[in-house]
Amino acid sequence: MRKEIFDANDIKRAVKRMAYEIIEKNKGVDNLCLVGIQKGGVILAGRLAEQLQSIEDRLIDVGALDITFYRDDLNTKEEQPVVKRTEIPCSINNKTVVLVDDVLFTGRSIRAAMDALIDFGRPAYIQLAVLIDRGHRELPIRPDYVGKNIPTSFNDLIEVSLEEKNGGRDRVVLVTGERG
Amino acid sequence: MFRSKDLLGIKELTSEEIYHILDTAAGFKDVLRRDIKKVPPLRGKTVANLFFEPSTRTRTSFELAAKRLSADVVNFSVPASSVIKGETLKDTALTIQALGADFVVIRHSSAGVPHFLSRIENISVINAGDGANEHPTQALLDLFTIQSHKGKFRGLTAAIVGDVTHSRVARSDIYALTKLGANVRIICPPTLVPAEIGKLGVEIFDSMEKGLRKVDVIMMLRLQLERQGKGFFPSLEEYFNLYGLTAERLKLAKDDAIVMHPGPMNRGVEIATDVADGPRSVILEQVTNGLAVRMAVLYLLAGVKK
Amino acid sequence: MKILITNGRVMDPRSNTDGRLDVLIEGTKIRGLYPEGGGPEADRVIDASGCIVIPGLVDMHTHLREPGFEYKETIKSGTMAAVKGGFTTVCCMPNTNPVNDTMAVTRFIIEKALKEGCCAVYPIGAITKGLKGEELAELEMLARTGCIAFSDDGRPVTDSLIMRRALEYSKIFNMPVISHCEDLKLSEGGVMNEGFVSTIVGLKGIPNAAEDIMVARDLLLADLTGGRLHIAHVSTEGAVELIRNAKHRGVKVTAETCPHYFTLTDESLVSYDTNFKVNPPVRGVKDVEAVRRGLKDGTIDAIATDHAPHHVDDKNVEFDRAAFGISGLETAFSLGLRLVAEGILDLMQLIRKMTVIPSEIMKINSGVLSEGADADIAVINMHKKYRVDSSAFLSKGRNTPFDRWTLEGVVEKTISRGKVYEWD
Repeated sequence: MRKEIFDANDIKRAVKRMAYEIIEKNKGVDNLCLVGIQKGGVILAGRLAEQLQSIEDRLIDVGALDITFYRDDLNTKEEQPVVKRTEIPCSINNKTVVLVDDVLFTGRSIRAAMDALIDFGRPAYIQLAVLIDRGHRELPIRPDYVGKNIPTSFNDLIEVSLEEKNGGRDRVVLVTGERG
Repeated sequence: MFRSKDLLGIKELTSEEIYHILDTAAGFKDVLRRDIKKVPPLRGKTVANLFFEPSTRTRTSFELAAKRLSADVVNFSVPASSVIKGETLKDTALTIQALGADFVVIRHSSAGVPHFLSRIENISVINAGDGANEHPTQALLDLFTIQSHKGKFRGLTAAIVGDVTHSRVARSDIYALTKLGANVRIICPPTLVPAEIGKLGVEIFDSMEKGLRKVDVIMMLRLQLERQGKGFFPSLEEYFNLYGLTAERLKLAKDDAIVMHPGPMNRGVEIATDVADGPRSVILEQVTNGLAVRMAVLYLLAGVKK
Repeated sequence: MKILITNGRVMDPRSNTDGRLDVLIEGTKIRGLYPEGGGPEADRVIDASGCIVIPGLVDMHTHLREPGFEYKETIKSGTMAAVKGGFTTVCCMPNTNPVNDTMAVTRFIIEKALKEGCCAVYPIGAITKGLKGEELAELEMLARTGCIAFSDDGRPVTDSLIMRRALEYSKIFNMPVISHCEDLKLSEGGVMNEGFVSTIVGLKGIPNAAEDIMVARDLLLADLTGGRLHIAHVSTEGAVELIRNAKHRGVKVTAETCPHYFTLTDESLVSYDTNFKVNPPVRGVKDVEAVRRGLKDGTIDAIATDHAPHHVDDKNVEFDRAAFGISGLETAFSLGLRLVAEGILDLMQLIRKMTVIPSEIMKINSGVLSEGADADIAVINMHKKYRVDSSAFLSKGRNTPFDRWTLEGVVEKTISRGKVYEWD
């Protein structure tokens, strides 16, 4: 069963709110850098940066992180890993890095992302922003900024469609019982 | 996408698999540009380098590739003498199994040895050169290098020059380039043309002057100096006169043609020094790319369910 | 003891017999043939329903490995394999250790075969001492002791003058000189057929010319000398053509080929399976077709096995280092039957090429099923299918490229000098 739980406007509002929360928590955007996790997180990081820039009226560094080489499931997944680009445009040493992802689930991707990030330098803080938190954490990881908490069962699937990614309209769909 | 647990040759790969390796290698090339050039995916895995033929370059490249992926590496350099002493291939295979290696990188003077070892279950075998059969990672790094200069393969013309008969590099390059739609020429003395190689869709030339005309890529092969005096050609001097790559001959190729060589070079035998060190030479780039390609191969094979 | 074989189809190429007959054996001889159901009382009756009853097969080219290489095969195990394959006569090559170039070795083989062998064993003596190709062995002494032909098989007699002398001198005994035709310079380092397949697997090839050149030379020498030349294991189109022409010219030449040369092509080598490694190598499609044509038109007189058993340690190594040879006794007839199924030979022709023709070339009495002949008989269920299982070979050599093939033609019983061999 498919159910739309977030439409384009919901997403827009959530991103805007998270932007304000980031500013509030960090008392501005000094020393701030956004890093999106391939692939949905990169798009969201871009949107967040746009918001932050229009609110604070200054440029924000945005990077993209591919975590493929840091995953812990290389041998257990059916499909083969496909490597995407990693681009970290600035030094992250002593910066506050906000990792951005579309869905937070078990936490393993975030663990991999933190390992990957640390290979690029030593940030002062790493914070985490996610559009959807669907629960079922397997690691002690907690987001700092959440677009929406959605209770799910373990076998449900969350589909995040973003214009830049699939060309369709923005929306989040909950598909029940689809994960194998 | 990647089906086999082993990389035995380019023959066995689809063009889709080749592209997948090249794309993955691009990711690793980025990693190699960082300060921390190491990533963790092969942590806890063991790579056994098993070299029955001396080869510092390929062995070092595989060793570094494995280490960059956080694998443990054991090197067996097996001198020909211990083979003569009677250590059989079967014993070698049993030893590897007992050591619990996850990967075996094998170089052997006899074609088919990697295929022999690939019968061991649960171990990925990577062919690092077997006799005159194949040297797949060399061809992959050649492709990677060509791609980074030319951006494509279809419609390109590559000339492979030298001792094609005894060359595993030539064979792997021929399979790789023809699979991806490039035109391949071989230029060599008729004494060094393998039987019926034309069936692989290559054009055969016995003259540099004809064969190099308008090519995009020149791939020089290493001439094994021991071939001298076996009747393949009268002398090294005559060989260089006929088949050496000189600046003069390089002019016959396209203006943006690149010059490649798998190394180590015999300067003044197959390639003139000014060409080897010249602006069209991408020989050192090949070495760097070799590392990225070998990381990609190890990484992708690790992801194949065994 | 009397044994009656009944209900079978009896075929004897020598007398062109092909009919439903009873065969009575008494002791080591065939006592008589009778119309079906008309045979007399016997101590044992063998029901050969659905089977052909034919002369025991004759292999004119076998390597029994004893003395010297007993870990590969012995006279005992080799002859056990022979009778399992329907053979009751084998001619064994001299490349043992020591080489069969002296009376002592010949005598050893004959005595050992009488004591431990399951079938008739005829030794073939060396042409040259130590198979070195340098000086003639004492051919008269070998002939007198029991050798029936001469060969340096495994290697050619490279010196044309020595080969000339061998062909001349052997005329005294009217015995064939069996030539392994190979130009060692052209084949040097080669491990398989030279062609497209050798190019793509990267193994060193042996060109057809390596065989053809020596066949041509030996045919010229046979013509020159009037000696009796027999060409072993013909594998190439060129060799077939050369032999055909020589026969037209009246040269005294006979020739054999082996099952693998009319069954396999070099395509099989892509797996690097060393069980396909044999010398001469299995060739291309055109050669296989030429060999088959040669069998059909009689250019190739006989089918031999070139049974070359090896220990697994000689085969389970790098392709380049693996021993040449195929363990052939236990699959030969079934592979021959494939030629019958394909219409290349009729059944009688096949039997002829595996019985009476090799006997005639070797001038021995085997390969005949008629009254008074030795009781050497094979009872074969022609249409029964089976799966080749090398691990069940009676030969010590499990080196067959035909492992797990499904073949037709089960040897139900082999009677060798009156003794019945049968298997579960």
